[in-house]
Amino acid sequence: MHKLSIRKYSKSKLYFSYAALFILLAAALVLGISIGSVSIPLFHVVQILGAEIFHYPLPKEIDSSTVSIIMQIRFPRVLLAMLVGFALALAGTAFQGLLKNPLADPYTLGVSSGSSLGAVIVLFFGLQLPGIGNFTLPVVSIVAGFLTLVGVISFARLVQRNLSVETIILAGILCSSFLGALISLLIALSGEELRQIIGWLLGSVSMRGWPYVSLIAPFLAAGLLMLLTSARELNAMSFSQSDAKSIGVDVKKHTTIVLLGASLLTGSAVAVSGTVGFVGLVIPHIGRMIWGVDHRQLLPLSMLLGGVFLVLVDLLARTIIAPTELPIGVLTAIIGSPVFAIIFIQHRRKRVTT
Amino acid sequence: MISAVKVNAGYEGKKVLNDISLSISKGKMTGIIGPNGSGKTTLMKVLNGTHPMNGGEVLIKGKRLQDYSAKELARVIAVLPQHAESSFDFTVREVVELGRYPFYKGLLKAASAYDEQVVNEAMELTGVQGFAHKNINQLSGGEQQRVMLAKALAQEPEILLLDEPTNHLDLSYQMKLMDLLKKWIFSKELTVVAILHDLNIASLYCDEIILLDEGSVKADGQPRAIMNQDLLQDVYDTNLTRQEHPSTPSPLIAPVPEMDAQEKTIQSIELTASKELMVFSSPFPLKTLSSALIGGGFQWASTFVNRHVDKNYYIDDAHNEYKDYLQQRQFDPHDTIGMMTAARLEDAGVVSIQEKDFSLLIAATAGTGNAVDAAQSWIRKEEDVTIGTINIWIFIESKLTDEAFVQAMMTATEAKSSALREHEVLDPVTKTMATGTSTDSLCIASTQSGTHTMYAGTITLLGKAIGKGVYEAIGQAIENYRKRMALC
Repeated sequence: MHKLSIRKYSKSKLYFSYAALFILLAAALVLGISIGSVSIPLFHVVQILGAEIFHYPLPKEIDSSTVSIIMQIRFPRVLLAMLVGFALALAGTAFQGLLKNPLADPYTLGVSSGSSLGAVIVLFFGLQLPGIGNFTLPVVSIVAGFLTLVGVISFARLVQRNLSVETIILAGILCSSFLGALISLLIALSGEELRQIIGWLLGSVSMRGWPYVSLIAPFLAAGLLMLLTSARELNAMSFSQSDAKSIGVDVKKHTTIVLLGASLLTGSAVAVSGTVGFVGLVIPHIGRMIWGVDHRQLLPLSMLLGGVFLVLVDLLARTIIAPTELPIGVLTAIIGSPVFAIIFIQHRRKRVTT
Repeated sequence: MISAVKVNAGYEGKKVLNDISLSISKGKMTGIIGPNGSGKTTLMKVLNGTHPMNGGEVLIKGKRLQDYSAKELARVIAVLPQHAESSFDFTVREVVELGRYPFYKGLLKAASAYDEQVVNEAMELTGVQGFAHKNINQLSGGEQQRVMLAKALAQEPEILLLDEPTNHLDLSYQMKLMDLLKKWIFSKELTVVAILHDLNIASLYCDEIILLDEGSVKADGQPRAIMNQDLLQDVYDTNLTRQEHPSTPSPLIAPVPEMDAQEKTIQSIELTASKELMVFSSPFPLKTLSSALIGGGFQWASTFVNRHVDKNYYIDDAHNEYKDYLQQRQFDPHDTIGMMTAARLEDAGVVSIQEKDFSLLIAATAGTGNAVDAAQSWIRKEEDVTIGTINIWIFIESKLTDEAFVQAMMTATEAKSSALREHEVLDPVTKTMATGTSTDSLCIASTQSGTHTMYAGTITLLGKAIGKGVYEAIGQAIENYRKRMALC
């Protein structure tokens, strides 16, 4: 009976967590849409979203300019912030689990450096690929990120055939440093594009609009699916790589799936928003502290948490010293690091005393 | 259950396994032993399919290893790894649940009620259900090992492979683990293959042992055959000695350290004597075989005490009384051979013999008031027993085998009988020639240094010297006694 009650408790805790996160996320989205240079009452936000999504009749006191601010500017912006938060938190959780390394984050393997280099090249040369026009930057960025991943894995294979974790991390760091140097080189050579490049590198979700939302969405869906179907394997591999083999996990196959999924997420996030640090490193830690290590729950829960976090940070970034907007990537770290430090210290203390 | 034919395997450019062929039978515990680098772990990895073969074939339950899918194989073979550390805080239950992985079906790999039941059973069998929700990194080494064992059991395997399962465990856990495995071999029809470093654990618990050396099977068979001093000495390149376990029929192997250069001669044995005590003390321990009250059987001791007691001495628990007596006089009972006699110690006969290959020091005290003819002793009734003892101490400077110890005892006993006959000591009851007394004791103590002596029967030089020495020492003791009595 005792055992049963514990199981029940942990199950109900899970349901509660999901419900709480969904409510938080909805609140954050509404809040993010409502607050800005033109303040829109919360109730209006709900009404407008209701009208646009569920085709409820729109009350007369709301004018069409408010609707277009919401639908053309704020809504896609908070959605993009949410999706980028989703992607980075997922990728971070997966990389940390796969590499058995709590210090890993979406940027460990150099995928983001590849994506960044792609974007910086587009900005530096003012490239416009035929047919995709303004989409040149995110598309080139994703492709560059993917090529980097292929490069890292083939290099790791070249060194050691069985794709061991240490080799992958080392290959990633190597590629990362090399690509980072190339980015610095381009920055050093750049003239008037400098501000644009730096601005992009610091990360932002402003003025992207629906096309960017629809660009990241399919990658997010694909990445999420790939990670979720490998969640049990991720549990086994994050426990011990050799152990995973002995309980029948196809380690090579699932390592590849997880790497690919997490890299898609990272690459697409970097492509639409630049490098937003911290989310992918710390959100999984907070997730594990609250919900434990089971990736079947940890992945979706961390994803939701990452979304809430990034929507709120974006809100802060554009209101704290309005009308000037702070780069979101800088703010995530400025807010997140001390918060995490406090959580971390308290968690450790609790563990030591119990 | 498992058979391997001419298996070769290795790491880049280095051959580790060399044409290994073996077969492991169902429902047995098979131990794999061998020195470091002999290929034990590689063999284990090849058998569970985590290390590639470069030729050869492994059959598991009659099916080729490479025809198994990873999950299929995991349903037959479970592995108990050496370590259970994780960078993350997995709970015990989560770790045990990993063992059900090969049984999950479908894209989402959902767990069934049966999976849950197996996990609970495995945790119960290994006694880890008490900390199911604890974090594995917070457990002790022994507890972690049990969690990993529960995980392996959750796989419901037919074969369990263990890589040094008793490493990092204290003695009590080692024994408990091995006992548990033995039990499961019967109750779950498990086949266990274990790499073992401890030869004695292997000898005690395994039904079959495979001895690897430099990537080949050097020998395989039952422990009694494999625990062979010469074989192991050769493979491990160390001095080893084989002994019998005192209570089970499993041979034990003990390492023999390189001896220090200290000179071990019987010249350094000192004799101090008083009316009550005759003490031989050696600066180093001697290997002894004796029938003494304290330290009987094979022992190592550096103090040898012949204690005079009154002829009315009678105590139920003489053994403990003697121990207390020794401790009061600052002798360590674990380092002492102790005998008693009612005979006067000043009558003792002492003989020293120097030969080319060995030296001897023999001492005897003889009280012949209760002399007995061993062949006629059955005639005596119990109440006829009175005190009267011949105690013989023989110190030998040589390296004796166990056989030589036993033969030295025989030779000394025969010489004693001969001495009694020569001095016409009669059995007072039967009036025949006495062969000894009813409570005689004998101690052979050897320095175990110098020349090797295989035998000590009367055909050998040592045997001859023992016979002569004992005969003379007892003769002296009897004459001293008679002289003293005549003076009274």
